[in-house]
Amino acid sequence: MAGEFGNPEVIEEEVDILIIGGGMGACGAAYEIGPWLDAAKKEGVDIKVKLVDKAAMDRSGAVAQGLSAINTYIGTEQDPADYARMVSNDLMGITRDDLAYDLGRHVDESVHLFEEWGLPIWKTDENGERHDGSRGLTPLKDGGKPVRSGKWQIMINGESYKWIVAEAAKKALGVDNIQERIFIVKLVNDKNDKNRVAGAVGFSVREHELYVYKFKACLLVAGGCVNIFRPRSVGEGQGRAWYPVWNAGSTYAMAAEAGAELTLMENRFVPTRFKDGYGPVGAWFLLFKSQATNAFGETYMTRNKEMLDDYPPYGQAAVPASCLRNHLMLKEMREGRGPIWMDTVTALANLRETLSPREVKHLEAEAWEDFLDMCIGQCGIWAGENIEPEKKNSELMPTEPYLLGSHSGCCGIWVSGPEDVGAPTEETEAGVPEHLPSGWNWGYRGMTTVTGLFTAADGVGASGHKFSSGSHAEGRMCAKSMVKFVMDNQDWKPELDTSAEDLIAEIYKPVRNFMEFKDYSTAIDVNPNYITPRMLQFRLQKIMDEYVAGVATYYTTNEHMLDLAEQKLEMLKEDAQKMRAKDLHELLRAWENYHRILTAEAHMKHIQFRQESRYPGFYYRADKNFVDEENWHVFVNSIYDKENKSWTCFKRAHVDLVDKSKLFK
Amino acid sequence: MPTFVRTEKCDGCKGQDKTACMYICPHDLMKLDMDGSLTGHAMKSFNQEPDQCWECYSCIKICPQQAIEARPYADIVPLGASVQPLRGTDSIMWTIKFRNGTMKRFKFPIRTTPEGSIDPYGGKPEADISKITDPGFFVQVNGYRTGEPSELIRK
Repeated sequence: MAGEFGNPEVIEEEVDILIIGGGMGACGAAYEIGPWLDAAKKEGVDIKVKLVDKAAMDRSGAVAQGLSAINTYIGTEQDPADYARMVSNDLMGITRDDLAYDLGRHVDESVHLFEEWGLPIWKTDENGERHDGSRGLTPLKDGGKPVRSGKWQIMINGESYKWIVAEAAKKALGVDNIQERIFIVKLVNDKNDKNRVAGAVGFSVREHELYVYKFKACLLVAGGCVNIFRPRSVGEGQGRAWYPVWNAGSTYAMAAEAGAELTLMENRFVPTRFKDGYGPVGAWFLLFKSQATNAFGETYMTRNKEMLDDYPPYGQAAVPASCLRNHLMLKEMREGRGPIWMDTVTALANLRETLSPREVKHLEAEAWEDFLDMCIGQCGIWAGENIEPEKKNSELMPTEPYLLGSHSGCCGIWVSGPEDVGAPTEETEAGVPEHLPSGWNWGYRGMTTVTGLFTAADGVGASGHKFSSGSHAEGRMCAKSMVKFVMDNQDWKPELDTSAEDLIAEIYKPVRNFMEFKDYSTAIDVNPNYITPRMLQFRLQKIMDEYVAGVATYYTTNEHMLDLAEQKLEMLKEDAQKMRAKDLHELLRAWENYHRILTAEAHMKHIQFRQESRYPGFYYRADKNFVDEENWHVFVNSIYDKENKSWTCFKRAHVDLVDKSKLFK
Repeated sequence: MPTFVRTEKCDGCKGQDKTACMYICPHDLMKLDMDGSLTGHAMKSFNQEPDQCWECYSCIKICPQQAIEARPYADIVPLGASVQPLRGTDSIMWTIKFRNGTMKRFKFPIRTTPEGSIDPYGGKPEADISKITDPGFFVQVNGYRTGEPSELIRK
């Protein structure tokens, strides 16, 4: 029987592995898993895999629009340890070296496949001239030289990056094992082991169908979190988020509710970007050698250089941590020396001096392609404001905060790392809840502290700077370990701790709220019995912006403001039960916003727990406005109790697995 | 820059119940107004939540009728500009019109292989189950970076 609105069809399905998400991490897993499934079958283990994506894989996830660079390519000239050092310093010294190192040694494998599949990668020829990726120059895997826009970045013609990676993933897994437009909203624990995951529930955003999946293992890769803070544009432009607006914190919220240990949820990323369009600045700084200045043409990184000495050693590396670069810029803004400019005019004039006219023409195209490949809206702003970068400079602005684990941030889930790089096997900080693992690995690479629940990409915390390529590689690592996990657990049968009936009632509640009360008032959006997902999101954004160090306070908070935020978020979480959904589209928004609230709450609780300001330039605790290496050079981790809806935060010891002093020599 | 659909060009993907733009939008924004009750234009699609549009251009690039364009965010951008692509199988062409009338055109490659031609496991080895817990993937394409062992100071 086909369902209808208010009376959906319920579909129950059992698989061995469920992949939740369709971005780079999911595509990596979908590709890598095939040959391991075949190998398992030869051992007599038949494993069924399914992938569900809330959008369409060709254009889902953070790479949907395309990219103009691959930001993580190690190459032959650098060591994975160099990469782990860079990640650590950029994130103020507290990252998992085991995870970053492991990623560093694997990531180029994925980049080489992307090129084989058809992604055009820029190359440098023997004369040092650069060419776009359609010229057929030697592939990277055979020694071709990429165009480095920075130490770790290589330039690409990446409009179809996701399309290409998705084609490989879809063919590898088989379209029969993929279902698009299914939004998973909740994981379900096992009936006999509350620290194990056994299923997931969600719904179709196209048909009136609710889904109840059971499985042995699951890869949760549903992206980072956008729009928990009030964005700088609050009209039509609020969709112009820096990170994709559809990343709703689903990864963190669903994992937390299932009992997974989160890590560094206090970390955030506040990118400095071209104002309003959030166009990328990396190529401008690194490839075009542009400078950023205050209103008077002074380079703030030079003018305020001594401020870097306040944060040893992180400010003293050749490239100071990202947050500290913001810190130096914010001083100019706070003291009234804005606007901040990207001096594109001087940069392009300097480059022109050494280039041929043909190369200059190519250079202009490169500057526009940088936006057209990944942030088209910025071109709309340049065109609307008559900005040609060789003639007119552009404004820079730090954005509203974002939570993510794959770009230049490191919040996320605490996962099992590799066993061969010298990671700790015991915990030295007191206060870690007893049921949690003590070392940094517990058998299956990429598994969270919940048995059977794996994550990658934005999901994995304490190891930023993976970007697109690293996310794909991390998904591939999980594919292997999930196959191993299922082989080791072939006789285990998942049993849900909640009845399908109760789960369905819960996920469909916003629709029931609407159906029950919609005729109480004449205007369906104003009704005392329910709240629209849209208004709930505005409320969340207002609380986070005003109390939890958003742009309204120049990223500043204190313990008193956090206390207020805590109270307001609790009431917001209660009111989330009263969200309404007038159609399937609004049901999607309702659950996205529920995930946003939990993610925001984790962020607030972690900032509250950490008695210092670890990321100056990203946020300031005005009452603890220092970095305290003695007491807080530690991970802040947490678990959520879904029964009493409360968080427990605790410390975990930080250990260096590679020598960081090399950064400062 | 929310997208908008040109009334005269959209054909509702010829009466199918899902349009190409609905298929592709990562944020579930595009909607087909089957009977015209929502927009006054039956069997044409529209952006149902313009302030949630990321301007990723996925719908614009995929529309078989080139019926979708973007109008820069009204709360940010002065009127009169447009940025419009024409995406082919191996390249994309962009036409940028400035508010002051300046025009720029660019063409960039988008892929080096025919669309649909990827053979994911062609010429690749089988996975070796005895290596399932080792570092590395089922296939190596010269990208695995074995680090200098002395860098791992706790090992």
